Amino acid sequence: MLKKTLDISTSPHIFKGRSTNQIMKNVVWALLPVVFFSVYSFGINALLVIATATFASVLTEHVLCKISKKETTVGDYSAVITGILLGLTLPPSFPLWMAFIGGVIGIALGKYIFGGLGYNVFNPALVARAVLQAAFPVAITTWHPAFLPDRFSSVASSILTLPFMEPKFDAISGATPLAAFKFDGITTSTAELAFGQISGSAGETSAVIIILGGLYLIARNMMNWRIPVAVLTSAFVLSGILYLINSEVYPSPWFMLFSGGLMLGAVFMATDMVSSPITPIGLWIYGGIIGILTIVIRVWGGLSEGVMYSILLTNAISPHIDSVIKNRVYGTQQKMKAA
Amino acid sequence: MALFNLHKNTFKHGIHPPESKDETSGLPIRQFAFAPVIILPMAQHIGAPSEIVVREGQEVQRGQLLAKANGFVSVPLHAPVSGKVRKIANVPTISGKMSTGIYLEAFPFSTQEVLEGNPIDPDTATPEEILQGIQDAGIVGLGGAAFPTHVKLKIPEGKTCETLIINGVECEPYLTTDHRVMLEQEADIFMGIKYLLKVTGAERAIIGIEANKQDAADHLTKHLPKDLPVTVQVLPVKYPQGAEKMLITSILGTEIPSGKLPIEVGAVVVNVATTAEIGRLLPHGRGIQERVITITGPGVKKKGNYLIPVGTPLRFVLEQVGVDEEISEVYMGGPMMGMAVSNLDISIVKGTSGILVFTKKEVNRPTTIYPCIKCGACVDACPILLNPSKLGILAKFEAYDEMVSDFNLMDCFECGSCTYVCPSHIPLVQYFRQAKRIVRKREAEKKEKAHA
Repeated sequence: MLKKTLDISTSPHIFKGRSTNQIMKNVVWALLPVVFFSVYSFGINALLVIATATFASVLTEHVLCKISKKETTVGDYSAVITGILLGLTLPPSFPLWMAFIGGVIGIALGKYIFGGLGYNVFNPALVARAVLQAAFPVAITTWHPAFLPDRFSSVASSILTLPFMEPKFDAISGATPLAAFKFDGITTSTAELAFGQISGSAGETSAVIIILGGLYLIARNMMNWRIPVAVLTSAFVLSGILYLINSEVYPSPWFMLFSGGLMLGAVFMATDMVSSPITPIGLWIYGGIIGILTIVIRVWGGLSEGVMYSILLTNAISPHIDSVIKNRVYGTQQKMKAA
Repeated sequence: MALFNLHKNTFKHGIHPPESKDETSGLPIRQFAFAPVIILPMAQHIGAPSEIVVREGQEVQRGQLLAKANGFVSVPLHAPVSGKVRKIANVPTISGKMSTGIYLEAFPFSTQEVLEGNPIDPDTATPEEILQGIQDAGIVGLGGAAFPTHVKLKIPEGKTCETLIINGVECEPYLTTDHRVMLEQEADIFMGIKYLLKVTGAERAIIGIEANKQDAADHLTKHLPKDLPVTVQVLPVKYPQGAEKMLITSILGTEIPSGKLPIEVGAVVVNVATTAEIGRLLPHGRGIQERVITITGPGVKKKGNYLIPVGTPLRFVLEQVGVDEEISEVYMGGPMMGMAVSNLDISIVKGTSGILVFTKKEVNRPTTIYPCIKCGACVDACPILLNPSKLGILAKFEAYDEMVSDFNLMDCFECGSCTYVCPSHIPLVQYFRQAKRIVRKREAEKKEKAHA
């Protein structure tokens, strides 16, 4: 005899079987090689900074959910991404208590007050970094040299600064290639930039590993390829034009492409789905603006690096791009065939 | 973007769900047993329900008229078996609503000889006579919509039909009825096309078939009659290519203007099984008594393509084919657009193209709903090029007017592609169904007020 009751549900009855936390997890996988390389080149310092930022992010997310009496959303992995990304944008010798504050700010001010995952206007990791940059201008621009011989055995003294104390930096500190160019006119070779033989923030130093992570996500259809392509192309074209006009004053477009946080920003930050537009044309415009703003800030601004502010500014106009640029709906604005 | 036309021979966007057709596509159509009692709802097509012309206790012969069409957008209903009208009463339908219907008790040892009506000669009949013949045969779209076919074939004044498109796409996963019909009933299909060409005045007919049914395309190509302007076109596999709009874009390369019918671009689309039915019934003046249905899904023991009398109770069908004890959901139609059955006492209707039985294990409905992360998967899937993400957010805020005016809600035909791909498992298409219903209701109320 047949069962009396059946379950009912609305169509469709089959699903692709992909989930948001699976996408987020894969972004974490794609970020791990970047983390490993960072630890390899900067040693324990980088590991501690990234781990602290990540721990602070996840903890903040959990606590905020508990406070607002909701089920914890730590399981969607988005807080892990925010933490790792924040850690990767910080100098490897950054005091840990500051990194912790950054993690808290990223989740609390960058994401949670907007309504949590899906509602944030800005990339939470960059919100955190912007606040840290304003609060601790010295610490965040003091770069630690890469490949120090004792990097796996000793910890930079600055990193263990007590909370709310002024950090003391070690005597040796390296300038980033961008700063070296901007303030001293020294250029770094593209090969060194691509393979990370340079100083910089924990995660920005090897362009090749970042690109590989991005390709993995693009291949799995978990990242929109248009954004990194648009960012890098527009940055390359604008800096190329400047270089052609005066190669004495302006650096080569290759240098622009592979230096600083542009690669990390283009691949892992600008591509945050929530804070970027949704239509293909909107994505091209969004990416293009980020690339151009980055070069404009780098060349004419007072800072040596412009990726963070250009992404944050473009995040702000992203909803407006979506309301202006809409898909042409099937069967509209179409010349009718003479019947 | 003519320079980079990546969408040749198909429409834009769409999805690729697993086809799941292998288990039944090779099984020939088999006659199904007659149920002891047949239950026939009068509302089994779009339009006015049929009007009963028999009385309780009356004996009827297979093929005899049981109910006549009630107006132009309506069709008659014929007796699927010889037997006795036991009761005229309300019967359950899949939507949950009751419909007036007939309980027909089959004679167990009847010869089941079919009664014939007025034959329609394809060579001498006028288009009007053919149109009438199609309505008299009770023919509706067998692809699942169950829209009266003759209504679609009536070309409005001032319009001309250039191309007749025969829809053999069958893009819904699991279903293989059209596939088997194309392999086994080529003569009926071509006869049907002959009638359809005459009735529409079309210059040519194109049979659209997806590449996963290459054998059917080859079979039809081999048997193409020389005296008919028919061609077969193989299309890349993509859901929802069987939707009229998508199929026309795939074959003709044009889009149907929003809110208009295919005739706007000089085309009429008819399902291939419907075409075969026209070709089989009209020469004898018969009415529809049975249809081919794919019965499949992990919960079914004897999967197959069966010729089942209209009105056969679903419970009887499932008992005959044998189902797993752990069945949890039964769908009528395909898994993308088919409806879940809540009551096994409903019966097979003319629009039933498939019966899918899933057990607990296969019902893989995601339970966690995440917030929309604006990944754009739905935007890349929507064949109408809507923005389901934005529509979904607006639906949550009940901003129905904005959904219609700024985001073309009413162009959504509920194919379910957005819901299929959404990684946050947001039931987008369900939101849109509800929103469309509310918008239509409000409009009707507005009209009523204006009249009052």
